[in-house]
Parts: sequence; C-alpha cells; structure tokens
Amino acid sequence: MNNTIYSINGPVVTVKDTKDFAMMEMVYVGDANLVGEVIGITDDRTTIQVYEETSGLRPGEPVKGTGAPMSVTLGPGILTNIYDGIERPLRDIHEKSGAFIERGADVPALDQTRRYDVTVLVKPGDELSGGSIYATCPETPVILHKCMVPPNMSGTVTEVMPSGSYTVNDTVVRIKTPSGTIESLTLCQKWPIRTARPASLRKPISLPLVTGQRVIDTLFPIAKGGAAAVPGGFGTGKTMTQHQLAKWCDADIIVYVGCGERGNEMTQVLDEFGELIDPKTGNKLTDRTVLIANTSNMPVAAREASIYTGITLAEYYRDMGYHVAIMADSTSRWAEALREISGRLEEMPAEEGFPAYLPSRLSQFYERAGYMVNLNGTEGSVSIIGAVSPQGADFSEPVTQNTKRFVRTFWALDKSLAYARHYPAINWTESYSEYVDDLTAYYNEKVSPDFLTCRRRISTLLAEEASLMEIVKLIGADVLPDDQKLTIETAKAIRLGFLQQNAFHKDDTYVPLEKQLAMMKIILYVNDRCEAIIKRGVALSELVELGLFDILAGMKYEIPNDHPEAFDRLYEKIDTALAPFEKTAAEGTVNAQ
Amino acid sequence: MSIQITGLSSINGPLVVLDHVTGASYDEVVELILENGTTRTGRIVQIEGDRVVVQVFEGTNGLSLTNTRTRLTGKPMELALSTEMLGRIFSGAGKPIDGLGEVYGADYRDINGKPLNPVAREYPRNYIRTGISSIDGLMTLIRGQKLPIFSGSGMSHNKLAAQLVCQSQLSDDSNEKFAIVFAAMGVNNDVADYFKRVFEESGVLENVVMFLNLANDPIIERILAPRCALTAAEYLAYEHGMNILVIMTDMTSYAEALREFSSSKGEIPGRKGYPGYLYSDLASMYERAGIVKGGTGSVTQIPILTMPNDDITHPVPDLTGYITEGQIVLDRALDQRGIYPPVSVLPSLSRLMKDGIGEGFTRADHADVANQLFASYARVQDARALGSVIGEEELSASDKAYLVFGREFEQHFISQDSRENRTIQDTLELGWDLLSLLPRSELSRMDASLVEKNYNPDRAKRFRSDR
Repeated sequence: MNNTIYSINGPVVTVKDTKDFAMMEMVYVGDANLVGEVIGITDDRTTIQVYEETSGLRPGEPVKGTGAPMSVTLGPGILTNIYDGIERPLRDIHEKSGAFIERGADVPALDQTRRYDVTVLVKPGDELSGGSIYATCPETPVILHKCMVPPNMSGTVTEVMPSGSYTVNDTVVRIKTPSGTIESLTLCQKWPIRTARPASLRKPISLPLVTGQRVIDTLFPIAKGGAAAVPGGFGTGKTMTQHQLAKWCDADIIVYVGCGERGNEMTQVLDEFGELIDPKTGNKLTDRTVLIANTSNMPVAAREASIYTGITLAEYYRDMGYHVAIMADSTSRWAEALREISGRLEEMPAEEGFPAYLPSRLSQFYERAGYMVNLNGTEGSVSIIGAVSPQGADFSEPVTQNTKRFVRTFWALDKSLAYARHYPAINWTESYSEYVDDLTAYYNEKVSPDFLTCRRRISTLLAEEASLMEIVKLIGADVLPDDQKLTIETAKAIRLGFLQQNAFHKDDTYVPLEKQLAMMKIILYVNDRCEAIIKRGVALSELVELGLFDILAGMKYEIPNDHPEAFDRLYEKIDTALAPFEKTAAEGTVNAQ
Repeated sequence: MSIQITGLSSINGPLVVLDHVTGASYDEVVELILENGTTRTGRIVQIEGDRVVVQVFEGTNGLSLTNTRTRLTGKPMELALSTEMLGRIFSGAGKPIDGLGEVYGADYRDINGKPLNPVAREYPRNYIRTGISSIDGLMTLIRGQKLPIFSGSGMSHNKLAAQLVCQSQLSDDSNEKFAIVFAAMGVNNDVADYFKRVFEESGVLENVVMFLNLANDPIIERILAPRCALTAAEYLAYEHGMNILVIMTDMTSYAEALREFSSSKGEIPGRKGYPGYLYSDLASMYERAGIVKGGTGSVTQIPILTMPNDDITHPVPDLTGYITEGQIVLDRALDQRGIYPPVSVLPSLSRLMKDGIGEGFTRADHADVANQLFASYARVQDARALGSVIGEEELSASDKAYLVFGREFEQHFISQDSRENRTIQDTLELGWDLLSLLPRSELSRMDASLVEKNYNPDRAKRFRSDR
C-alpha cells in the first residue's frame, strides 16, 4: 500500500484516503525518512506531526507506517548520554553530520558495540513475569543496570546464556510465554513514550528529596515521588534552581530535559556535570545523569515529545528500584509547542490560544510522578520538578494556573528578589509545600524533633516581618518598638544568612540538613537572648552594635559543612558578647541550645 | 527543468495561491514573471495536493490572476555568500542595493540555517569589552552571547548600539578578525543613515555587512532580513574564523511583520494577535548566536527592540527575554534626566557574565563588586520610596547614605559620554569609590578581607566635592 504526502503546513503533514494508520503510530515521512507521529484521523485525512524540519518535502513522497507507537529504546547506555527530543544521541549525530543537525539522521539510541559485563540471574525453568529482573550489568561506576522483562510479558525461562560480556542487542535469556511463543530477551526493550510504565502499587509519600538548598529543604520541601513547579519570569533563576537541584539532590538518577531552552545552557550542563563530583559517591555527576536537549531552535514537534521521552526514561530506572528526579525546563515551552501544533490543525483555541486539552495533558504528565512499589517488588520513585515560564511573569496565565492544580510544591520565583540579587529568588510568602505533613515522621526521626519547631518559628518570623514592612514602608523603621525592630533584625539575618544561598561557594552550594538545623537554631538563639534582654529595658541598638546579626549573616561561609563543632565557638562568642547585658538582671535566661 | 504555471488562482495580501502545480516542494523558492518582464521572488508556505500558497517577497502590487507566470526553482531560499560581502549593502532579501553589482557566491546556504548541535557548542567564556561601565561592570557581554537591548521609542538605543560597535574590543588577542553584520528591519531612513554614518566615521565600514529593510519596504523581506544577516554571520564566523557582532534593529518591527503575515494566512492568533509560534520563530534566530567547538569564530548578537508603551511584559520583549542570555533595559526616567546611556540596572542582566569575569578574565573582585552594586542600588529604590512618603529629612542615617549613593551612582557610573571608553580597571575602581559612600557595615555581599583592602571613605570624597 503506497501512502503519499498530500499537504504540508509547517510541521504538519496529511495523507489522503487511507485507513492504514493507527492513532499515535510512528511513521517515516518522505524520501528522507523524517520521523513523524499520527495525531489525527478522519475518514479522508490522516494528520501527522513531523519531528524534523519539513523544508523540501513534496506531495507524492511516501509515508511509511511502523505499526508501533512512538517509542524509546530502554537499556544500558542511556546514562551519561545526551539525546534530542526523540531519543537520538546528539554525540553520534555530531559525529555523523557535523556541528549542525541534519535531517533524517538515523542513529540508534544506544551504543550497539559497547560490551557490558552481564550477570544473568535466572535459570531455565524459572517463572518470570513483567518487570522481573533477569540480568544486571554495571552501566556506570555508580549505577547497576537491571534488565527487566517488559511489563506486558511473562513466561518460563527456556534458555539462558552464561554470564559474560554482551552488547545491548545480544540475547541473554529466552522465555516461553503462556501462549507458547518463544521470546528472546536482550539487554534492551522498547516502550511507548505516551504510556506510563505500570507499577503494582502507589505508596504514600514519606521521604523528602533532600536538595541541600536551605529555602527548599526547610521551608518548602519536595518529597521523593512528588511534583514541584518553579515558575518565574526571565532572569529570576529558574534554570539556576534546576541546575542546583540536578547537581545536589539525593536522587539516584537525574533526567534533565532542556525543553525549548537555550543551547548554551545545555552546553553548560554538559561541561559542568562532566567535571563536578557527586559528594555522595565520589564519582562524576554525569554518571547518574541523562540529558535530553531539545533547544528552542530544534523542531517544535520533537519539543512536545521530549517531555514524554524524559519521563519514560525516568520510569524505566524507577522500575529498577532507583529514586529518579526529572527536571523539565521548561514546561511552558512544551505547552507552547502544543499550542503551535494545535493552531496548525486549526483546532478551536481555549485560553490565550492554548488548546482546551492543555490541563489534561499537564495532569497526565505530573501524575507520572510517584513513589511506587514496582512490578518486581522493588521500590522506586519519580519526582518531577517542572519550570514554568509565565508570559510577562504573570502567574495568572494558563500554564502556571493549571500546573498549580497538579503539583503540591510551588516555588514562586520573584523578580524583585532577583533584582536585589537575592538567590535563590524563591518568594517565601507566595511559595508553599503540601508535603510537610507527609514528611513529619522523617524529620522527627532522621533529623531532629526540633527541625519542624524551628521551621515553624522561622516562617512565623518571616511572616511577621512581612506585615511589619508594610508599616515601615509608610512611616519608616525608627518608630517601631524595640521588640518589633528585633523581629526585623532577625528576619534580615534569616534572609541574608539562611535563605540566600550562594551556588558558587564551595560550602554554601550544598548544605546538609543537620547544618540547616544548626543554622536555624543559632539564629533563634540570638533572637531569644536579645528578646529577653530587651524586655529588661536594654535598647536594641546597643545589641545590634555588637555585630551579632552580622555574624549570623556570615556564618554560612565561615562554618564548613564538615565542621559542625564550629557552631559551639559561635555560641561562645555570642554568650561572651551578651554577657555584660546579663548582669543588669539576674532572672532566667532562655537557653534554646 | 523549469515548470511554469500560467496565472494565479487568488491573491490575498502578500500571499498568492496557485492550482494544478506538480512537483512543488515545501519552502521552495519560486519566481513570478510578470507580463512586463519584471520578476518577483516568492516562497511556498503551504501545499495542499496540487494547490500551493506562495508568499511574495516584494508584495503583490500589480499582480493579477492572468498577468503572471510562475516558475519553480526547486531550491529553498539561499543566500550567495563570500567574504566580498563585507562593506556591501543588501536588501532584506539579500539582493545588493548599493549599485556595486552582484556578489559572486563562493558558497550558497539556506537562510533558515540549521540548529547547532548542543554537543558541538563551545560554552562562551571570553568577554567583550564595550568600554561602557554599566555594561562591562554589571552585565558583561560575552563572546557568543545574545544580549538584547530593550528600549522604547525615542530613547537613545541607536546611539548606544553605535557606541557598542565603535568601542567593542575583544579582551585578548586583538589580532583576531572582527566584523559586524547589521540588519535593519522596518527602521526609517534616518536611522539607517545614522548607522551608515557611524560606521563610516569610525572607519569600520569595510568590515560591515548591512541588510536594510526600511519602514516602507515589503514586510516579507523584513521577515527574511535577520535570517539573511545571520546566514552571512555564520558563514563569516564558521568558515572564515571571524568574530562577528550581529546588530538587529528593530525586533518589534520584525514581530509585527510576522503578525501581519500570519494573519493574512488566516492563522489562529496567540497573545496580542501574534502567532502562537512567535517564541519558536524568534528562537530560530536568537539561537544562532554561539561558538562552534574547535573553531575560532563566534557569532554574538545584540538585537534591539522597542517595547511598545515601554511595557516589558509585551510579548516581544517577554519572549525575547526568555530566549536571550540576559537583557539590557533602558529606562525612560533616566533618559529624561539626561543620563546616557540610560541603562536601568536592576532589570538588566547578563546570564553568561558569571563564567566570563573574575580572575584571568577581568579582575578577581569583579563579581563581588557587581553583586554589591546591584544589591545596594536595589536598597536605594526602597530608601527613595520611603523618602517620598515620609520626607528625606526623616530617613535614618543609612537610608540617607543610600540616597547619596544612588544619586552618585547614576551620575558617575551609569552616565558616561558617548565617546568615553573606560577600561575594566576604571569601572571597578569607580565601583569601589561609590561603595565607599556607604557605611562599611552595609557591604554584606562581600568577603570581609576584600572590603578591608578596598573600602575607604576617603575615596568617596571626590563625589562630595563635585556638588
């Protein structure tokens, strides 16, 4: 059956009078074999979106079906790689076609020649079901790759190859399925990107995704298996926040999707992650990272697919029992790709030209996050951190508003904080996290029962400061009573010393929870001591002159992460400085230490 | 092989429709031959079976359904390229308009370019010295960066662009070849003349390739102009190892041309009537800035756009800001107070700055000084707001110090003569002089030792004696 192109409009191509294609089927378009996907079928027209530039296509060129939906290849070799939106390795494309990306590049997703040191775990007669692990191989120095039976397959092992060195396409196990066919299992498998990989059970959230960023871990935590959104106008540090999380969060695997963003940024990630060492494993950060780069000048339809490619890779590693974090920068560009294609299809637009199915697509994506018990009994999680680029930094636009409904952590980036170079520019009055209650047990048991108490006090102080500043804006700070002035001083110390974090400082770029707690405690200690002293009639200005608050603002640099005992010296310093004021009255001092 | 189609089926704005066309390919260039012998060029923008939609670059004035024959060329829109383009002036569609004849093409390239593989990119690290304190000090331009100027009608963006062209120097190795590609889109004659004159006076004219699409030229050529310019820039940069600075003005006119074209095609509009693909379209140009690994050339872009009604949330500046690596925002209030260049420091930003400054590039304390200046100037705004409510006299001592700092910062750091070329040393020392106006305890963004070494209230005296 010869199907040929009938019409061409940007990335949208149609075929006339055919019933050969299935919805969402992957097709090859034209003589150059451009990758496309069927997105609409009527009785006389089949509509296809093409993942590559359509210049030069002619009506009459062939369109070939593949019989399968748009899929990615899953197997060892994914980590450390950099892919385009439809899992084509950009390094191989570079070797093949030079610095600029040519169309119709046909390169396999996984290195076909690399040999892995495979350990086969099953023996003939074993019953395998979907998700069962039949072999393992070290993929990178830190990640053991586990080869699993595809979720929709099961059977009895009939033949097993000895453990040894194999490439991704070598058969290592054969199984006989219940219907009697023999299936060969290699190191890799395919999975359609728009279908979530199944798991047996969704578990309640209980672990935080520790990021080492104080404002996030303390005030607005995200859980393993949770979803967070980072909205912010340009220049507020969305990408910087994403990079920091990709570098330091305690997930096992990072999937970083650069969706319609800058090429130079992807290059920066490539360069930096290749050099940085993961403090937990001592290995390079790239060893646990896969990048998906669909920069803003690459074809728009592939941008739409890149998000799904990313989440499918993430789910695959979750199935092995790993904790995976996926950063999508930026989901707005993905939504715009939807809008662009929807416009080409002349669909009826809803808000701001976005298609009416925007919310359902967003929810489908965010719902693929979760803490799961996998089919093979292991536990793993996928956490999603999606950047949102609201038009005109206006959070009331459709993408931000709809995203807000499906995520439980919201880090609102603030232009005025960014202008004042307060980074991370996460606004503490607009942001929220609904995971705090789920994580209470973890904080109490694994960190300290004080953690949440301190957290509450810190956020109360910040809220009080916000309302005091309303007054200060009108009449100045001088007229406030000393206890309110103290609140402002303490809140300033919290902002400068705690919330602001320097991504370029060797210690401050990542701060463990214990140090975060110690920092909160000492800030509150100074606050409480001063409060007691002021109550006895000492003027706050005298206390401010001691420079205590400056010490608090500077402690993030002064105290190395691996020397918590330095806090003791700080307490001594504070006690010595405050000692003269204690003499004025003998009654009980508060000791929060 | 030259298929010719006689007549047209319909004409709508810059678009014509032809029926019974065989062998047409998407994005192909066609020639329309009029009865009077003149020819126009067009491009196929939609194909539906044997019906094709063509956009005519020179406009459809004078075309009728019967007086035209159309010839398919079988090629996408290509530009003839050679080093001889330097010193020449072209139309938006890449045709020479300086009367010096055709350019012999050593190479032909599709003007749409191809996406640069992120793997092949070199991360930009070398700064370009512009000699302008506000830019060098606070939003350093890096080679391979795209850093737009957000301006408004009537502000001095052209003067600033001209100064950038005349003063820009590569930090190291000044022997490297440096050239400018200039694309004017929808600007009036005076502006085009102004730039021509500036290039002439500063003696760089033979190193400039100009693409001019004036305000009364066809809008389709306006859509082509930046693409031709960038194709020329890429050719010179990557084939001839030159460092190219591309100045494109005015991107707002470009976007309006795109909107006009989109609406004549009957496309569904997005925000403010601009097509839904405005982001992708702008990105396909801005992303052509960069450096290819292993080469010596670079493409640096300074697009200039006027914000309609000075509104930075308007789709054009907004989407531009999301693609480019920072922005230089001009401020009308500063402009009205006679401060040139009227750079509004707080919303301005250079994203690549952090990796291109400091030890080995500019000076070790650059990042600290810049951060502190930003933070302090942000405080000035608070102090001013408070002062305007309760009166300056009522402000605390530190707020008063901020007011003085703000005033002097604007007068001496931001403001400079349009011919003044400051070194990085000058700029950073000036920064320290200004910071010395503030109480020492306010310099919280910096290492104490750095403050110890450089902070000195005496340095600030020069400002007080000025007044």
